[in-house]
Amino acid sequence: MTTKNVSVKIDELKTSNSLIKNLQVSIGKVVDQNYAEPMGPTPMPSLTALRDWDMKLLTKYKPFYMPDCDLCCLCTFGKCDLTSGKRGACGLDIGAQSSRIVLLACCIGAATHTAHSRHMVHHLIEKYGSRYPLDIGGLNIKVEAPITRLVTGIKPETLGDLETVLEYAEEQITQAIAVAHTGQEGNNLDFESKAFHVGMIDHLGMEVGDIAQVSTLGFPKAEPEAPLVQLGIGSVDISKPVIMCIGHNVIPSVGIIDYAKDHKVDDKIEVVGLCCTAHDITRYYNRGRIVGPISWQLRFIRAGFADVVVLDEQCVRTDAFDEARKVHAPVIAASEKNCMGFKNRTEDSADEIVFDLVSGKVPGVLILDPELVGEVAVRVAQQVAPLRKKMKNLPSLGEIKQLAKTCRQCNMCRRSCPQDLKIPQALKAAAEGDLVPLTDLYEYCVGCGRCEEVCPVKLNVHSFILKAGEKFMMEESNLCRIGRGAVQDVEIRNVGSPIVLGEIPGILAVVGCSNYPKGGKDVYDICREFASRRYIVVTSGCAAMTAGSYRNSEGKTLYEEFPGGFEAGGVLNVGSCVANSHIAGAAIKVANIFAKRNLRGNYEEIADYIYNRLGAVGLAWGAYSQKAAAIAAGFWRLGIPVLVGPHGSKYRRMLLGREDKPENWEVYDARTGNKVNVGPAPEHLFQTVETPQEAMVSIAKLCIRPNDTWKGRSIKLSHYVDLHKRYYGCMPQDLHLFVRTLADVPVTLRDEFGKILEAHDWKETVIPDPTLLPRMIRKVKD
Amino acid sequence: MSCEPWQCAEIAATKKANPIVKPEIAAAIIKKASRTLLIVGSGATESWMEGKQLIEYLIDFANSSKVPVVATAHMVGEFLKRGYQPAGFMSAMDIGNRVVDPEWKGLDGKGRYDLVIFVGLPFYMEELILSGLMHFAPDQKTMTLDNLYHPHASWSFPNATLEVWATNLKVITSKFEGGQ
Repeated sequence: MTTKNVSVKIDELKTSNSLIKNLQVSIGKVVDQNYAEPMGPTPMPSLTALRDWDMKLLTKYKPFYMPDCDLCCLCTFGKCDLTSGKRGACGLDIGAQSSRIVLLACCIGAATHTAHSRHMVHHLIEKYGSRYPLDIGGLNIKVEAPITRLVTGIKPETLGDLETVLEYAEEQITQAIAVAHTGQEGNNLDFESKAFHVGMIDHLGMEVGDIAQVSTLGFPKAEPEAPLVQLGIGSVDISKPVIMCIGHNVIPSVGIIDYAKDHKVDDKIEVVGLCCTAHDITRYYNRGRIVGPISWQLRFIRAGFADVVVLDEQCVRTDAFDEARKVHAPVIAASEKNCMGFKNRTEDSADEIVFDLVSGKVPGVLILDPELVGEVAVRVAQQVAPLRKKMKNLPSLGEIKQLAKTCRQCNMCRRSCPQDLKIPQALKAAAEGDLVPLTDLYEYCVGCGRCEEVCPVKLNVHSFILKAGEKFMMEESNLCRIGRGAVQDVEIRNVGSPIVLGEIPGILAVVGCSNYPKGGKDVYDICREFASRRYIVVTSGCAAMTAGSYRNSEGKTLYEEFPGGFEAGGVLNVGSCVANSHIAGAAIKVANIFAKRNLRGNYEEIADYIYNRLGAVGLAWGAYSQKAAAIAAGFWRLGIPVLVGPHGSKYRRMLLGREDKPENWEVYDARTGNKVNVGPAPEHLFQTVETPQEAMVSIAKLCIRPNDTWKGRSIKLSHYVDLHKRYYGCMPQDLHLFVRTLADVPVTLRDEFGKILEAHDWKETVIPDPTLLPRMIRKVKD
Repeated sequence: MSCEPWQCAEIAATKKANPIVKPEIAAAIIKKASRTLLIVGSGATESWMEGKQLIEYLIDFANSSKVPVVATAHMVGEFLKRGYQPAGFMSAMDIGNRVVDPEWKGLDGKGRYDLVIFVGLPFYMEELILSGLMHFAPDQKTMTLDNLYHPHASWSFPNATLEVWATNLKVITSKFEGGQ
């Protein structure tokens, strides 16, 4: 794509009756596209362009609101009590208010990803030029930016092209945030539709960010066999100076790594990452290490490994600086979005900054030049490491036993713990000399530190848990596959048919953060279960790290046990948060590459295709953030259901189908125009699951789609029944809703199915060419 | 005994559950209701009182009172293992979404329940579902049998020890000997 800024500047113009000076007129950009695919109906859709599609989904999957707050306090008319049907001073009721909160969460998430991408694109254009070509996977990828093509109609070819995409995304986010102002939208479903819209924009923002960094920074380009990387603090050589980068934006980390390489000290220091920055460090640098997911920030800072802590953006604990100061580790804030109150030293010399940090004159600095971050971080780490000698902020085991005796057993720690951990009991045992119960909490603790905040005798409870579990912490050394980026076109060709026909039983995307209800093992177990059943398992973000943090009976991690391709039984890590776009991208590419549907500006048709044909499910077992909300919303609009773990109920709104309402499950048969009842396939669009057992059964069920062939449906039902029997101890009671012809029934289960079908007076129906869109109905033959 | 929400930050607004100060009150409320439903979550196998799991107390209660049970998550298997057939099983969100629907006719198709009892869900999930019912089904009466105070229910026991909880459950069950 080429774009031109058309502007006219007139310094001075004299006419017969006027004088014009310094006139400047800009009429934006003229788009000159060499993109042969015909434009679909909705390029760069506005807030309402896809409203009809959203409403089709929202009619099937009605919101179930669970307000976390009874009040609205967003304007000065408030606080308004919205309980029991009361409206606030602005006229809004609790349903609309709840959906408004959902929209705001999605806007925050989309803005965060898009701003991240904007920063990277700015920086990379400055470094490489706007004409730098995009290369996501060489000859293996022709459809380089499926979301961008689908949503905007643009086929980006250079870094500069991405700016046009970002401009559109930024405008839409601004429009969507405006919707949340008091006295704007008043209908809950319209708020929901706008949340879907922002979710779609979020996917666009993420795609821009990841293809920009993949193209320029030498990341793996859609490599199924991307190398394995060490994971866990036990894999870090802590005899060396350690620089720990926390956040999501790899640009400052690149500055550090480049400086270390240029000055030939890369083998003398460790550059490690926590949260998504870790993924992108390892995509850039083969000596990089992933120390762990987001929730472990206190763990790693207090344990004293880091000699310098570099904070970029997103999901950074806002008290990271205070924690780092306690272990005498200097902090460098490296993002405009996260200045931490530090003085901006970007214009100062490296020598001055290094001196100030090493001498302790200042505990932290703000540096907004990534190259300067690199020099300062490396030099400070080298000089500080011998001084601080990995100073910890953890008590000794003896101190824990003594301090635990001061515990009043008031229960406030447990009542503040999101996991309801039995901390008082563990402290009582510790006071009696038994540290085992405290050690047992290590695996389940999410590291929020709320227990310490409420303790009336100021016990550092989280540190007690860390110290008790220190042995496990030090032994954490596993393997993660480096984020591979996009899925190759050829991989899509290979699996398109078996996925759409149902013979590969499904695609499971295990994504999101690490707010797990009972430790990370559940993530590993779920991934392994479905990879073993030859589903395609895709991971990203913190979930990808957690998936690699456990081993099978042969000592192999998940990424060693299963191949990294987009194939039956593959487990592939696409990368960091912004790489989630490749999961949506793969779904879109199935519709385009396998089914030959046009992408360009053709959102509704592609989403309709995915919804009816692609057995894909997202699982965010530990989702906590607004970004996760936005990512989920992008999948909802594509018709892909998302499950969240129990803490995900705090998103306060589910999108639930009603299995018991057959009228909800009609689609058009595109061949005839007849309405066909296809059953609850998929049953929900957004659902909280309470236990890993429930997650496994729900995943298998949510992979069922109207388009499944009888063979595919039979395979999917086999998995659903098998998991149901194993975890629920009985046959599912809703099988009659999923059997269209007797050929759908798995051969080995005919007797058991027969009883259920008979009990429900089951009747055979047709397998349609399913669509929710009347315009997709082909002409009925006379 | 405390009527503060079990999780400290879970502050109710203008409505707050009536505390059940004696188990006899809970039994009387259940007896007064014409159609009661008991929803049992995954915590039913995680709490032990006097050597018995919570689920066993609940089976005793369900057998005595004949109150139908919906098992959430994978709990149906746990009930079946113990020889009890729940009236239904579905996810916690699904049953919440049905209870909030004024047109839902219940598991047996005979009409809405006038009392829905929750027990054993993760505190925050149960709290959110109760909030959804409080707001969107304001006429629906709800109760919890947990030992944690739930402000969004119509009636909730105050925060209580395991010993008090066990006693409460036993007393309630004893009031139904011979059926509801």
